[in-house]
Amino acid sequence: MLIKTKRDGFSHPLSSEITGPSAYSGRRELIKLMASGLGGAALASWAGRAAWAQGAGTQRPGKLAALAGEKSGVAGAITMDKLTDYKDASSYNNFYEFGTDKAEPAKNAHTLQTTPWTVEVEGLVKKPAKYTLEDLLKLKAMEERIYRLRCVEGWSMVIPWVGYSMSELIKKVEPLGSAKYIEFVTLADPKTMPFVGSRVLEWPYVEALRLDEAMHPLTLLSFGMYGEVLPNQNGAPVRLVVPWKYGFKSGKSLVKIRFTDKQPATAWNKAAPGEYGFYSNVNPAVDHPRWSQGTERRIGEDGLFAKKRKTLMFNGYEAQVGQLYAGMDLKKNF
Amino acid sequence: MRGLGDALLHPAAKPLLWLFCMLPMLWLFYAAATDQLGANPAEALSRSTGELTLRFLCMVLAVSPLRVVLGLSALARFRRMLGLFVYAYVCLHLLSYAWFDMGFDPMDMARDIAKRPFILVGFIAFLLLTPLALTSFNRAIKAMGARRWQQLHRAVYLVAGLAVLHFFWMRAGKNDFGEVLLYAVILGALLAWRLWRRLSR
Repeated sequence: MLIKTKRDGFSHPLSSEITGPSAYSGRRELIKLMASGLGGAALASWAGRAAWAQGAGTQRPGKLAALAGEKSGVAGAITMDKLTDYKDASSYNNFYEFGTDKAEPAKNAHTLQTTPWTVEVEGLVKKPAKYTLEDLLKLKAMEERIYRLRCVEGWSMVIPWVGYSMSELIKKVEPLGSAKYIEFVTLADPKTMPFVGSRVLEWPYVEALRLDEAMHPLTLLSFGMYGEVLPNQNGAPVRLVVPWKYGFKSGKSLVKIRFTDKQPATAWNKAAPGEYGFYSNVNPAVDHPRWSQGTERRIGEDGLFAKKRKTLMFNGYEAQVGQLYAGMDLKKNF
Repeated sequence: MRGLGDALLHPAAKPLLWLFCMLPMLWLFYAAATDQLGANPAEALSRSTGELTLRFLCMVLAVSPLRVVLGLSALARFRRMLGLFVYAYVCLHLLSYAWFDMGFDPMDMARDIAKRPFILVGFIAFLLLTPLALTSFNRAIKAMGARRWQQLHRAVYLVAGLAVLHFFWMRAGKNDFGEVLLYAVILGALLAWRLWRRLSR
């Protein structure tokens, strides 16, 4: 640990990442409660306490149902940056199905129907399946991960997500050898999403990753944030979070995950291929045609008159994900 | 129209218009000071000052067509004030960019203006407006001669085109051209009316 290489192949967890005795015994108590049939009622408060005992310390805003996660042990999963206020994270974001202005999703997304919800996994896999949201919630233990989020527009946030690595689901469905890419199809329901049908983008909004990108442990299938289930405007009930790519690569309200052998056409790449590449990795050296990507404004933290902060290569996740792009010209493959 | 014409000539008309033009600026200062501009106040200020510049540009260019079409010669009294408000808001817009986006770093700004046509077009529009604002007082008109003064001030037509192009490029990032089209149609109609009148004379 004295000499940290970029590869970081061998690293011990911080002592703070080791499960504390209170959380451990708390889990045992829960199992007992489950047996006596009181589990459901106790789950919320237990989960909250467990999160506190872990020191992840994300205080719940108290707006939606609790969804706690154990502090993640994945390398790079917990940034030490100050958390963005829940209010900002849930009222300032892009979700074009509910309007192109960043204040609109929070105003319009109350119409989104998240129950019942299914996610279909299809394409080049051995075990294609239709998962209900409940199946997905039970698939793996929830983790809390504190990621930086960098929007292609030049602003950033720090958000505590709840979920588990996308790779867990991928392993479950057993991709065929021919599968090279994964396409993430999001909901496009004109009845509940007022701006589906606008000519701004093609609907449904489709995003995609290379299979090895999707398999990276930092690629998160997320069900919650700030210790609660996702607000509708942030992509409820299940979304992707890829912290080293611009935010638009992380599809919201997923309904279909398709394994393919060819690079899928993605929404923004189709709309403006010269401006939004397939990879769209955060890269301060590759500017957007109309603005610099060299700096960013951290929402709620950098005051009105503060100079913008420098954007980091791969949004600060270079040590973890740099090797995925070894040998690639990232100026061409932007 | 007679009553309206008289109202426009009322001594309180100009101060009232001035107050009306100041309201958005006062609101922005107040909202910025009391943290009411949402999660990204810098972006909110840049965008609102840009949009206000466009709106005042529409208003000032509407003066002559309305004056002729409605026969309200009294409207001409307000043209200079509206024009100066275009300049006031474009200055605030440029200030937001220089301050919040560029941290007042002249080298960064020079590079940014040279590199990005979107910024360059906006900056040229600002430069073109500057001599118009500087020659807005009566003595300047006298010194230049009305004819040359008018020729100079026709630059505002070019500014209108550049402003729409600037806005179009900015919204191209969002692939969202509804509002751009609205301003393009309004400004286009105001300019087309002038062309039509010139040709039919």
